[in-house]
This record gives sequence, C-alpha cells and structure tokens, in this order.
Amino acid sequence: MLGLGNLLLSDESFGLHAMQALRDQIDSRMEIEFVDGGVLGLNLLPLVEDASHMLVFDALDADLPPGSLVELIDDQILRFADIRLSEHQVGFQDVLGLANFRGHLPEHIHIVGVQPAVIGLGLELSEPVTQVLPLAVSRAKDVLVGWEY
Amino acid sequence: MSDIYIPLVMNNQEASSSPQRIVIDPLTRIEGHLRIEAQIEAGFVQDAWSSSTMFRGIEKILIGRDPREAWVFAQRICGVCTTVHALASVRAVENALGIEVPENARLVRALIEAAQFVQDHVIHFYHLHALDWVDIVDSLSADPIATSVLARSISSWPNSSPEHFSTVQQRVQGLVNSGQLGIFANGYWGHPAYNLSPEANLLAVSHYLEALDWQREFIKIHAILGGKNPHPQTYLVGGVAIPIDNNSSAAINDDKITQLHNLVSIGVDFVNQVYIPDLKLVAASYLDWASLGQGPGNYLSYGDFPLNTGGENWLPGGVVFGKDISKRPLKLDASQITEYVTHSWYSYTDGDGLPLHPSSGETNPNYSGPQPPYEYLNTESKYSWLKAPRYQDYPMEVGPLARILVAYASGHAKVVQLVNVTLGELGVGSQALFSTIGRIAARGLETKLFVEEMGTWVDMLRDNMHSGKTTTHNGALWEPATWPDKAEGAGFTEAPRGGLGHWVRIENGVIAHYQAVVPTTWNGSPRDANLVRGPFEEALIDTPIADPERPLEILRTIHSFDPCMACSVHLVNARRQPSGIQVQVLH
Repeated sequence: MLGLGNLLLSDESFGLHAMQALRDQIDSRMEIEFVDGGVLGLNLLPLVEDASHMLVFDALDADLPPGSLVELIDDQILRFADIRLSEHQVGFQDVLGLANFRGHLPEHIHIVGVQPAVIGLGLELSEPVTQVLPLAVSRAKDVLVGWEY
Repeated sequence: MSDIYIPLVMNNQEASSSPQRIVIDPLTRIEGHLRIEAQIEAGFVQDAWSSSTMFRGIEKILIGRDPREAWVFAQRICGVCTTVHALASVRAVENALGIEVPENARLVRALIEAAQFVQDHVIHFYHLHALDWVDIVDSLSADPIATSVLARSISSWPNSSPEHFSTVQQRVQGLVNSGQLGIFANGYWGHPAYNLSPEANLLAVSHYLEALDWQREFIKIHAILGGKNPHPQTYLVGGVAIPIDNNSSAAINDDKITQLHNLVSIGVDFVNQVYIPDLKLVAASYLDWASLGQGPGNYLSYGDFPLNTGGENWLPGGVVFGKDISKRPLKLDASQITEYVTHSWYSYTDGDGLPLHPSSGETNPNYSGPQPPYEYLNTESKYSWLKAPRYQDYPMEVGPLARILVAYASGHAKVVQLVNVTLGELGVGSQALFSTIGRIAARGLETKLFVEEMGTWVDMLRDNMHSGKTTTHNGALWEPATWPDKAEGAGFTEAPRGGLGHWVRIENGVIAHYQAVVPTTWNGSPRDANLVRGPFEEALIDTPIADPERPLEILRTIHSFDPCMACSVHLVNARRQPSGIQVQVLH
C-alpha cells in the first residue's frame, strides 16, 4: 500500500492522507506494508519490485472535474519515461517502466486516484477531494478483499 | 504523440540561418518544471533563459511552527534531497540557539549525507545523464565479444563476459520488439552528436541496469542510521535520535558497524570499478565538451562534514572568482548573499530593483507571466519562479564542480591528487575543468572521495563506542523555556546539487521567519537587475546545436548541473490511455 504525493502541496498529498485513513480502518494483523512514498521517485523502485500486489493512492490527472475518483488497473497504467531536465522529474510511471524493463513488475497494480482541485502550497486537502476521500478508502478496501487480503 | 510528455520544441522560423527561438519544457501543461528557452543562430545558442514554472514557498508553511519540527516539513520539499533539507534545517535552528552538536551525531549525519551523495551521483550519471551520451538503441548493433574485451580493458568488474552482454542486449531487443521502447521511448536516438561505439553503448546500458541493483543495497546505510525508511527519522535538533549502545540491538553496535563497513565497501567497489571507468570512457570520447558549457566561472561552496578538530569542515568551503584556482579561495561570508526578484515572479515590499539578504528575505508571489497555454515567456520582464541569488552581486555556480574547485584551490591533498591524476589521464589541462565535462568529472571524483572516506568515519564511530563516548544528542537547550525571546541563525550544508542554506528567526518559541536558498536557485537563476545571466543561461551560450528539433546539446549541459526542481508534480498521467481502454470514473 503505497501513498504518493507532496505533503506540502494541498491536493497533491491526497495519497498520503488516504493511506493514513485506510491504515486506521483495517486490521493491523493483515500482511500489508504501508509506505509513505512521498515524492521519492526512483527510491521507490525497490519497494515496487518487491511487491506481489500493489495498491496505490495518488493524485492523478485524468482531465476530469476536481474530486473525481479514477481507478487504473494493471495494463491501464502506462509505464514509460520521458526526456527530463531533472532527476526530480522521475515520476511513478517511470519507476513502473524501469521495474517492467527489469522484469520485476508486481503481479497486480491498482491505483485509486483522485483529480486534484488545488495544487498550491498548503497542508490541507480541498473540499472536493476531502469529500471523495472516504469513497476512495472504501474502494481500496474492496480491492484488498478482491485480492483476498 | 502526446503533447504532454514529449519535450515541446517550438520554432518560430523555418530557415535555420535566421534566428530561431526554441523551448524545452517537458511538461508544458503541468506546473512545476524547469523550462529553457534558447535563441539559436547559425547553429549555435546565442542567448538563453532558464525558468522554473513552479512556485515553492516552504517559508510560508513554517511560520508559527515549533522550530524543532521544521526539518520534518523541510525534508518534504524534495523527494530526491530529503536528507539535506532536514540537515540544513536542524543546523539553522542549532545555529540560532547556540547548540553544540556531539561528535557522534556529526558522524552519523556525515555518513547519511555522504551515502546520499554517492547514491545520488551514481544514479544521476546512469539514470539521467548517461542517456545524453549513450545511444541505447545503437547498443543493439554491438558485438558482445568485443564489448567484453572493452569492459575488461578498462575495469576488473566481474560482470564482463560476452554472455552477460548478450543477455543485456537481448533485454533491449525485447523492448524494441515489443513495439515500444518503454522507458527509453523518447530519447534522441540516432542523433549525430552521439559518438560512442556500439560496444561502449552496450557496456553503459549494462551498468545502467546494474546501478539500480547496487543502489538498493548501498542505501541500506540510511535504514541502519536513519530509522524508518524511506523518509529518515533520525534528525533531531541537538544531534541524532539513534543511540550508541553495544548491548542494544536497536542502537549502533558492533554488528551495525560491521554492516556499515560492508555496505561502504560495496560502494567503493562499484564507484571504482564501474562508475569511474565509465566516466573516463565517456569523457575521453567527448573531449569537445571540455570547452563547452562553461558558465559564469564563479564558484561557491559552503564546505561540509564538520569532523576535523574543532568541528572544522573536512571538505573546505570558499569562493572562487573568474576561474582562478591558482590561489587560495576567498573565505565565504554568508552576509554577502542576496537575492534579486527583478526577473522573478515575486515582489519586494521596498521595490524589486534591489536584492535582499535571506535573513530579511520575502516570499510574496506576484505572477505576471502569460496564462497557459503560451508559446514563449516574456523574458524582458519577470519569467521564473526562481529568485536570482548573487554573492557580492555575482552569479555563482554551486555543485560538485564548485566543491572540487574550492577544495583544490584550498590545497585539500586528496582532491589535488585526484584532479591532477584525472587531468593527466585524459591528457587535458586545468582549463578543461570549467566545462560540461568538467562538471561531470567533478561529480565522479567527489563520489570517489566521499565513499572512500566513509570507512574512516565508521571507524571513528566504533572507536568512540568502545571508549565509552556514546552521546548522540545534546538536550541542554531542548526546552523552549531555555531559549531567548528572539534568536536568529543559518544552517548550511552541501547537497549533491550544491550549497544549500536555510535561514531561521525564532521569536517566543516559534518560527517567525524562514528562508531557504537551494542549489538550483543559484544555478538555474534568471537574470538579475543588471541583466546578468544565471549559470544555466550563461553555460548555454555558444553551444552548437546540430538539429534545433532535437536539442540534445542543451540537455547535456543542463543535466551536467543536475538540476533540482520542486518535486511536486508526479501526478500519474491518466490522460493518455492505451487505445480502447477507458478511464474508469466512479464519481
């Protein structure tokens, strides 16, 4: 269970808040590793490569109204890298691309994402994203049940 | 092809003989990135502008907070440089409150920091920068036997058999056969500026893959010393949170010392047998880049690793002007640092013409740029979210090259020897240091310097433990009741990308003012009030451009600085979906 996002940038931190909420709601005896992935980029590669099933919370850009919940499963998630000006532009998709190239992609990947409203400086989630958070957590629990966790 | 993920290169002229303005902006529709605009005439860059399109203002978030917690937020500024922001933040607070840090804490911090440097530099070289010099696709035409001969001629690294290289080649072929290059999809493959042999290209691809395995082992140093991974939890104003106790499994003990030594030696082996030989191979093949990408020729380093007698920095700091390394560098006086916002999207209360010192710096955003989508920035006016830091009114380059030059001019024995030997091996003079290749070489040389020193620091920790010197935290001034009503200080560290400074003012137990001047603000700065270019901008002047549609040469020089941007927008892109698959919308 990977939460992604920058803690300092409002809705960008959706993944971190959602992960915390999920962690508070499920049985701590379940064999799930919760990782606050922040914006660690390539440092996430070992975690990705070690996982058999990976559930991800993240803000994502689907060109939809703010607060929309979007789920991406396995092959729906593009895995590629781009020409970058900075190592800091290594995104999560690049990490997946590398894991794929190296033949260590998790068997199952499921992203529960939300379209952000605000990506400005701030520690709080916006209203639309706050409202959708319980639904996102509930969807994540369904996914875990589906994976028989 | 997507308009989001392909570097957008725009031309305003068709004919290559008249001036062209090109734009390199990998994520044009999402904020948060470095953008370069360059004016090209007759095949050379004539002028350049560097812009960050993302406002970052950690300063605003920290006001009113407990200064002892500032580092927790500071380390979230960036995902690549977490440890250095945490370190600069605790140092600023310690400096403000006059807190002495015990030697063991300085050693633990040094080991965490040095491990960060080593991992970061290796990954930068292979993962990002190598692709500017190595043509991945061309590696498919390499002969694995000849590659093995080449590998064994430059290094004793064991993974060098023809079978090994054949396997790597098949992996690349598999990617190509799948119809998409995946992670390598958007390279400038086949560009005329690539000139390594297919065998050298295959060798580099192999090491690119091995570096990823190596780094996950090596960085376990952070888990041992930093507690929780992936974000280190060990920083503490006054020291570090990890205890030293040979009778405790949770503390630094003999077992952990052995683990640290093993990990350091994994680091030394990889750097000496893989990274450095590859670096020399690349440098020797691209010696034309030893005179390109020069930059302003002024260099600033805060110095770091306060482990010498009296807490002096093991790596000396200082300032070099006008590429003059023949005499000792000037002592760095942090009061001479100022920041302009004349060409930055901020406003100062007393007007934008004069710069401010960070201790009285202001972060008042004032965006006056075009509304997206736009073609060009108005570079006559404000054009970046980066301020323009200057030292005694001069633009300064920071980073590995600045550190190496300052240490060299200071007479640091190991640095002098490393630099002289390397220049000799490449058959170039010291002028070659002031260049794109010089920057790449300096990064490699300091990696070697640091990783080879880490074992000594582990031994110092062990010796302290065995002699009963186990303090890792000075808690005398932990309670706010012991603080003065007002205190002001600054914390400096060298980060992989260059000098990092945090300035803090504490009033009545909480943060009243905070400013950070980060490495890429120095290097990527826009023009100042006197229209003097920042280091990226200056370094691009006279760069030859073979194909304005594919400006590989600009990437080479910008990447050589290892730019650090706010790690903000990592948003998974759900816009560009494989055909036939719909985004599932539940709300």
